[in-house]
Amino acid sequence: MIEWLRLFGEQTLAAIARLGRGHMFLLRVLFGLPGLLRRPGLVISQIYATGVLSLLIIAVSGLFVGMVLGLQGYNTLVSFGAEQSLGVLVALSLTRELGPVVSALLFSGRAGSALTAEIGLMKATEQLSGMEMMAVDPERRVVAPRLLGGMIALPLLAAIFTLVGVFGGYFVGTVLLGVDSGAFWSQMQTQVSFTEDVVNGVIKSLVFGFVVTWTAVFEGFDCTPTSEGVSRATTRTVVHSSLAVLGLDFILTALMFD
Amino acid sequence: MATGKGDRTNDCVVEIENLHFSRGARRIFAGVDIGIRRGEVAAIMGPSGTGKTTLLRLIGGQLRPDAGRIRVDGVDVHTLKRRALYQLRKRMGMLFQSGALFTHLSCFENVAFPLREHTRLSQALIRHLVLIKLEAVGLRGAHALYPDELSGGMARRVALARALALDPMIVMYDEPFSGQDPISMGILVRLIRLLNDALGLTSIIVSHDVVETAEIADRVHVISAGKVVESGSPQALRASSSEWVQQFLNALPDGPVPFHYPGPSLEEDLLGNSGAGVSGL
Repeated sequence: MIEWLRLFGEQTLAAIARLGRGHMFLLRVLFGLPGLLRRPGLVISQIYATGVLSLLIIAVSGLFVGMVLGLQGYNTLVSFGAEQSLGVLVALSLTRELGPVVSALLFSGRAGSALTAEIGLMKATEQLSGMEMMAVDPERRVVAPRLLGGMIALPLLAAIFTLVGVFGGYFVGTVLLGVDSGAFWSQMQTQVSFTEDVVNGVIKSLVFGFVVTWTAVFEGFDCTPTSEGVSRATTRTVVHSSLAVLGLDFILTALMFD
Repeated sequence: MATGKGDRTNDCVVEIENLHFSRGARRIFAGVDIGIRRGEVAAIMGPSGTGKTTLLRLIGGQLRPDAGRIRVDGVDVHTLKRRALYQLRKRMGMLFQSGALFTHLSCFENVAFPLREHTRLSQALIRHLVLIKLEAVGLRGAHALYPDELSGGMARRVALARALALDPMIVMYDEPFSGQDPISMGILVRLIRLLNDALGLTSIIVSHDVVETAEIADRVHVISAGKVVESGSPQALRASSSEWVQQFLNALPDGPVPFHYPGPSLEEDLLGNSGAGVSGL
């Protein structure tokens, strides 16, 4: 029992220390962000690496999620004779929840894991130490552009996911199942609020982008510089950031849509 | 023979005084005193695990000592603020054991990296400087290659060109000869001496390759058990009466550093009933 308590205490303290390191790391990186104004190329290349290269998985997933929404929504709504509202259901589901959340989960698996592995391997091969000895701060040169790039890329990816998803729902609902096209779009137009639904969805994806990218870069920077350490850090990035996204989604939803 | 503190003169570019450093419960340095004179090639030698690389990281300010002081060009490294430390590092080049080249950049871009980060030189001038640095290490023709297309020796030479990019006053070499074939090793040995003299550098080589290091070093500092056990010219060290130094320099398998790891006698393990030592078998 005592041993169990000791282990529990040790792991709790380690988790708290890690959380502290993560926040201190974030502060140092945030101080480096203004310097990026002079070198926008660094951020643009990271938007390309994390955003553009994730486009395919985001677009394909968005299409299928939208199609499933169209199918499930139609089957439910038709029993109430409300299939004309399919457009609203698809659009609200995507803008409020599925767009930001599923994009963030996919982003975590596709780009977050790649960020952790890249930074972790740079650490394991002494590239970060080498940079320090060349009087270049890796937190500002390597981490800051990646953090900002990820924060910009995810909201854009979520918007694309939502857009493609709406067209997927439209295709299934109107082309395959016969819902009236005019009703699909007009109901969506009247029921979906830009300020409440779209803007809140964008805020969610901004928060998720920040959390996923922060987790990814910190895990890479803080990993044990061995192949096993990098592998474990990559796994932690996906697990921790996914859980953080789902937890934060609940909190944000409660705050935004009460 | 001169040892430790007595060696230091006012012309020391690196002064290490009473250095103490531990990693967790493991003591790495317990009162190290070394002075490295301007313009010399100094070798820090000792068996694996004595903290030679750690010493370079302490000199570069990447690690902080538990006690003691390290001064580089008269400046106490560990009292510097971040900005001042980075300014000092611009005058220190370091060649890592792995080379630490950026794998996503070509040789040219690797060498250009510190110039692009710290200067506002024109692209044309950067190109000239990079080609001159690569020419100095004999790899101008390889400027377009990526690190994964280079041999180990070539990678270290590119890393050396990068370490020289900002014309530092000190270059630190971490195990520059380990894992090199005889030709690459010969090239590196000559390059280190040649560049040190031609560019007016001070070089600090951390190594356990006795022959190669002694060939080019002006002075050798031998470290063991957290202390400097002997300092002096390679010739003086060869004449040392220290059994430990003789064992290290002549690569003798047994001596003050025993061949056998401490444990019960062989008879005891094979015939006796003290099964504790081999219970895991």
